[in-house]
Amino acid sequence: MTTMTHAPEADGERLRAALPAPDDAVMSRLHSRLAAQAGAAGILDVAYRTLDSPVGSLLLAATEKGLVRVAFAVQDHTLALRQLAERVSPRVLRAPARLDEASRQLDEYFAGRRRLFDLPLDWQLSRAFRRDALARLPEIAYGHTASYAQVAAAAGSPRAVRAVGTACATNPLPLVVPCHRVIRSDGSMGRYAGGTGAKRFLLDLESAA
Amino acid sequence: MSKPPFEQIVTDHGPTVFRVVRAVVGPHDAEDAWSETFLAALRGYPRLPADANVEAWLVTIAHRKAIDVTRASARRPAPVGEVPDAPTRLGLPQDADPDLWRALGDLPDRQRHAVAYHYLAGLPYKEIAALTGGTADAARRAAADGIRNLRGTYPRETDRMGR
Repeated sequence: MTTMTHAPEADGERLRAALPAPDDAVMSRLHSRLAAQAGAAGILDVAYRTLDSPVGSLLLAATEKGLVRVAFAVQDHTLALRQLAERVSPRVLRAPARLDEASRQLDEYFAGRRRLFDLPLDWQLSRAFRRDALARLPEIAYGHTASYAQVAAAAGSPRAVRAVGTACATNPLPLVVPCHRVIRSDGSMGRYAGGTGAKRFLLDLESAA
Repeated sequence: MSKPPFEQIVTDHGPTVFRVVRAVVGPHDAEDAWSETFLAALRGYPRLPADANVEAWLVTIAHRKAIDVTRASARRPAPVGEVPDAPTRLGLPQDADPDLWRALGDLPDRQRHAVAYHYLAGLPYKEIAALTGGTADAARRAAADGIRNLRGTYPRETDRMGR
């Protein structure tokens, strides 16, 4: 056997090479187990998953109270998760089970088989007037639209048209809380957090059904 | 500065912590030790200072959980400390090098801890000493002795090194 110098870094490298990192199957199994145990222990403050949809990948997140965030891909899922960690709790884990029902209802909605969402909602990311304005939106029936001014009036502040616009732009629960049904008084579509293409798609979907 | 979602911690540090606990408790109890570690970490995460060294914090938790899991395992009626003979289970990392697992398992605790925490987790000796007791110098010696013993009890690796 040749004698050689055993530099500590070389020993570490050899050891790490001989003890390879766990493969994806192991990590995936451990992750599922962690999510299940965390849920059972009541320390899974925010569970999330992504869902493929005709308007792109959706991030769905829920607390123990209910659905707390829906984010479009254009809103940046990584950023949305960071905001959840900051504003709700850093105990955030990918844990699809809690989003099963929300995913099912959204799939039905996009298939044209659902007009109303029946899900527990956690409104904590929306406060004060914005929350009041958003709370009126489910009153706009599927396939119909209302103007920002009409929503402002319904929320009890007829002059707060711009504030309604802001409330819609910052809606933490798009799709489920249908801000896509709010359009300009002149009938033009107005902006949308998921992009105007997504808003067009949703209005077309609902008028076709 | 705000803390990343815990999911990021699992992604970034899960594999390293798994190697560490696998080296410390062996392949059989590694998954239990990992699960206990990350469940405890999730519980304590909101109180962790934003500028903390996350990996060192995880290794500290893993050290305690590894001791618990090893004790629980020793209390079971038929402890399985040895790597099972399974020559065809390729692809399972715990079977990649059964001789090395055996050699690691045969090391005295202090040496095994020092080797795992320093060489696999990259912890400085001072922090290892804070975990396992004793001084930084003692931890350094334990790691060096551990590596020497692994070389001695692990002929295949020595051959490879000699080539």
